[in-house]
Amino acid sequence: MEAIYIFWLRQIKRYFRSKSRLVGSLAQPALFLMALGFGFGPIFEKAGGGNYIAFIVPGIITQTILYTAMFAGIDLIWDRQFGFLREMLAAPVSRFSIIIGRTLGTATIAAAQGLIVLFLSLFLGFRPFAIGRLFFSIGFMFLIAFLFTVFGTALASVLNDVQGFQLIVSFFLLPMFFLSGALFPLDGFPGPLRMVASFNPLTYGIDALRSCLINISHFGLAWDLTVLGLLTIAFLWLANYSFSKTQA
Amino acid sequence: MSETEGNIAIKAVNLTKRFNGFTAVDKVNLEVKKGEVFAFLGPNGAGKTTTIRMLTTLLTPTGGTIRVNGYNPLTEQDKVRKSFGIVFQDTCLDEELSAYENMEFHGILYGVPKVIRQKRILELLDIVELENRINDYVKTFSSGMKRRLEIARGLLHHPHILFLDEPTASLDPQTRNQMWNYILDLNQKENITVFFTTQYIEEAEKVARRIAIIDRGKIIAEGSAQELMLKTGTESLEEAFLMLTGRIIRPEEATEIDQMRLTRKLMKQ
Repeated sequence: MEAIYIFWLRQIKRYFRSKSRLVGSLAQPALFLMALGFGFGPIFEKAGGGNYIAFIVPGIITQTILYTAMFAGIDLIWDRQFGFLREMLAAPVSRFSIIIGRTLGTATIAAAQGLIVLFLSLFLGFRPFAIGRLFFSIGFMFLIAFLFTVFGTALASVLNDVQGFQLIVSFFLLPMFFLSGALFPLDGFPGPLRMVASFNPLTYGIDALRSCLINISHFGLAWDLTVLGLLTIAFLWLANYSFSKTQA
Repeated sequence: MSETEGNIAIKAVNLTKRFNGFTAVDKVNLEVKKGEVFAFLGPNGAGKTTTIRMLTTLLTPTGGTIRVNGYNPLTEQDKVRKSFGIVFQDTCLDEELSAYENMEFHGILYGVPKVIRQKRILELLDIVELENRINDYVKTFSSGMKRRLEIARGLLHHPHILFLDEPTASLDPQTRNQMWNYILDLNQKENITVFFTTQYIEEAEKVARRIAIIDRGKIIAEGSAQELMLKTGTESLEEAFLMLTGRIIRPEEATEIDQMRLTRKLMKQ
């Protein structure tokens, strides 16, 4: 247990010591929120869609979490490259505790960023519909963060160069974001695209947050939770399996 | 455990490792007694690091058996891991953490209780003369300071064996000398077995009680420096080494990690 704690703590400490990461990771969502929110907002409202800022806040929160979480894999590759991974692999701790500690650490950071974006959105006029549900939304932020951190880590366990990792992750990120209903309601999607969106884990994360924050849901909270939970377990198994093959 | 086995720190029988058809370590037999200072010499790519990685549970052997402090690295990983300390060929510190934090991280992973940990960290940092840099980030350290910190870290959990893979590479003679003083002192005081590799043959001649020479994955000679010189009819261990392993420079393939480091260096420029 203490080992998991120290892996978690190390991720947090490293993150807070990197000022550029702190600022960089929040600049993009702030820009998205303002440019899209104020840009498309009036059109969305005229078309009868309601408050656009309220609609995209869950999407932008999820996007923020997604980026931080997925790129967490790079940390693992760096650690291998700088040799620090050996210090962990030679230690009398299970491979699984290394994976769990690290991913919990990054997931904490990613979820905290999501929370900061939520806080920022309050200044743009966003109002969550019920305070009680707000706590559920924090839980979902953490689940989404954990899911994608584990996914990034699984990917990083099998790849060992940073450029390759960045290329593959970037290849996933934009399609995942656009085909998730982050920026537009899924109901307007043509059938085939809706199909693709329903295979996108991000879709369920956004749907869950939207349900908690503005009481709009496509799949229902229970189904969102089931999909996200099962995917987390599957990816965790995958990450643990591929990481356990790591030899220093 | 029989009585003779109780005196043995490391024992490898027919240890073999093959990578995609290439035999890196070929039926190596090793026996290192408790409290011994043992040098493992060989040209580049001879199989030194691969052997150490197998002895320290980081790599699974293709064949043969190993005992480290009486434990089997394949089935009793954690017991083996707790019983040795290791200083790797390449630095493996977290540069974004302070010296103390690196030590603390290690202490927690090895389950050293808090009270002992705090005391031992300060003691060790004092021994390696880093007591004034305790809270400084490792990225501000020179390579010699990093090495000293790694040695201190390797000793934090009171290991019975200290593995040192080319611990003195890229250190100046002063630091090298001082480093060996600490290690030999610890060997005397705490009866720690020291298993090391080095490219400085005179270093092995000076500090090692016993030496094994490995070449192309096989042990080709073993004994004290005196015995090896006598056997080859040479005047120094270096001559004996060259006599045994030849004078041809060995081709050596860069590891994946070396290649990654190179790309990173190029990226920075």
